[in-house]
Amino acid sequence: MHKKILETKNLNAFYGDFQALFDVSIDLFEGEIISIIGANGAGKSTFMKAVTGLLAKVENDINLKGKSIKNLRADEIAKKGIAMVPEGRKLFPSLSVEENLLIGGQINRIGPWNLTSIYKLFPDLYEKKNMPSNLLSGGQQQMAAIGRALMSNPEIILFDEISLGLAPIIIKKIYQNLPDVIKDGMSAIVVEQDISKAIEISNRVYCLQEGKIALSGNSNKLTREEISKAYFGM
Amino acid sequence: MDWINSIIQGILVGGLYALFAAGLSLIFGVMRLVNIAHGDLIILSAFLGLTVSTSLNLHPFASLIVVLPIMGVFGYLLQRGILNKTLGNDILPPLLVTFGLSVIIQNGLMELYTADPQKMNAGNIEVASLSLPGGLNIGWFPLLMFIISIIIIGTLQFIFYKTALGRAFRATSDDQEIAQLMGLSKNHIFGLAMAISMIVVAIAGIFLGIRTSFDPAAGPSRLIFGFEAVIIGGLGNLWGTLIGGIILGVSQNIGAKINPGWQLLAGHVAFLVVLAVRPKGLFHRIDG
Repeated sequence: MHKKILETKNLNAFYGDFQALFDVSIDLFEGEIISIIGANGAGKSTFMKAVTGLLAKVENDINLKGKSIKNLRADEIAKKGIAMVPEGRKLFPSLSVEENLLIGGQINRIGPWNLTSIYKLFPDLYEKKNMPSNLLSGGQQQMAAIGRALMSNPEIILFDEISLGLAPIIIKKIYQNLPDVIKDGMSAIVVEQDISKAIEISNRVYCLQEGKIALSGNSNKLTREEISKAYFGM
Repeated sequence: MDWINSIIQGILVGGLYALFAAGLSLIFGVMRLVNIAHGDLIILSAFLGLTVSTSLNLHPFASLIVVLPIMGVFGYLLQRGILNKTLGNDILPPLLVTFGLSVIIQNGLMELYTADPQKMNAGNIEVASLSLPGGLNIGWFPLLMFIISIIIIGTLQFIFYKTALGRAFRATSDDQEIAQLMGLSKNHIFGLAMAISMIVVAIAGIFLGIRTSFDPAAGPSRLIFGFEAVIIGGLGNLWGTLIGGIILGVSQNIGAKINPGWQLLAGHVAFLVVLAVRPKGLFHRIDG
């Protein structure tokens, strides 16, 4: 495969005194999509927070292209090219759809994504660009959240539970769009509760269980039995 | 006619109250910080204007060239150096720290300028007035103050809703964590918001210092006027704040007309009535 773009080495993460991740070592290569699966509370979202700089206490290292980003603030990490589509979309409610996209774009990294290319990918958003973002449907909000992340022209895009709370038909539509989203050598980490979706979209899978990696491997080589064992721990 | 006159004077002074309030409202809107030292910072600006205009022999308005940047930079540094460290889930630390700041400013000014009331002299404009039919007289200075207030509130409104900076303010106000994920540095954004607030404070301070005499202990009552204007108008609505300031000014002048001792009381009563009838203020928060 290509060059390693992101790696965590025996990552430990904490909420105060509570340890949420134990020795989590995850690699991401250029142009690759990995998925992280696991039950509720397994540490998937904590991992995302650790990578994006939102956790105060992280032990051992997180490297982006060989350089440590462990001690950087969230905004500095974003400027280095890691963008996040957060769980629950989290659009800015007092901003219009277009303003939400522009906020993503103010990082000013060079790349293929701008308002025009986002509206081409998601024509629905163009029609509603002046609407307050909280008046969009769930699926449109998800598109706006994806567009907002893309606007920064990231090298790595993180998707946290994109299908959560959306109708199956919308989920299908959004997943159909993902190959167009993750192109031009962009890498992605997908956190997903829907195991079959996670396997379908990714090159490799990591399964977390109680803050530890219980299983990892190529998406097309892991069996259902192996995954459910790692997922549920039995 | 006397009544109409005092209502008009009330409207005009309401512009100044809106200026007291606008900076307060901006800071609260962006970072949920209640700046107890806001009034003292207005008085600090007035003293700064006094010193600049007397030592450089400048007109008080011209002193703004010096006072505006000083207060703006001071606001940014104050935010980055002290206030950002107090912000968090607990609302008490920023209240305590700005209260402390208020005490420090008052005593510092007392040490430097003594407790004597001071006033800035703006020359003829202070007494010149515009005669309207029906025996109405409108002073040029209150009129100018009112127009400048409207321009400043319009400018703030423009910055907030039409510029990239305003977008960043609103995004950070909505969700600090997500705003950081989008590459916005919270500390810098808050610093800029405080800088803008202090620029408005500087203008308010100069107008105040020309309009009335002031002394180091005059800050807290300006803070109260500012608070009242914000609450009457509705939090997070700048034009509402202007209306709030006008209501406060008009109530005070009507009160004073009935009985000179009732001026301040009437303003507070109007505030309490609004608070009782519409606890969220007269106007809604504008979103987007």
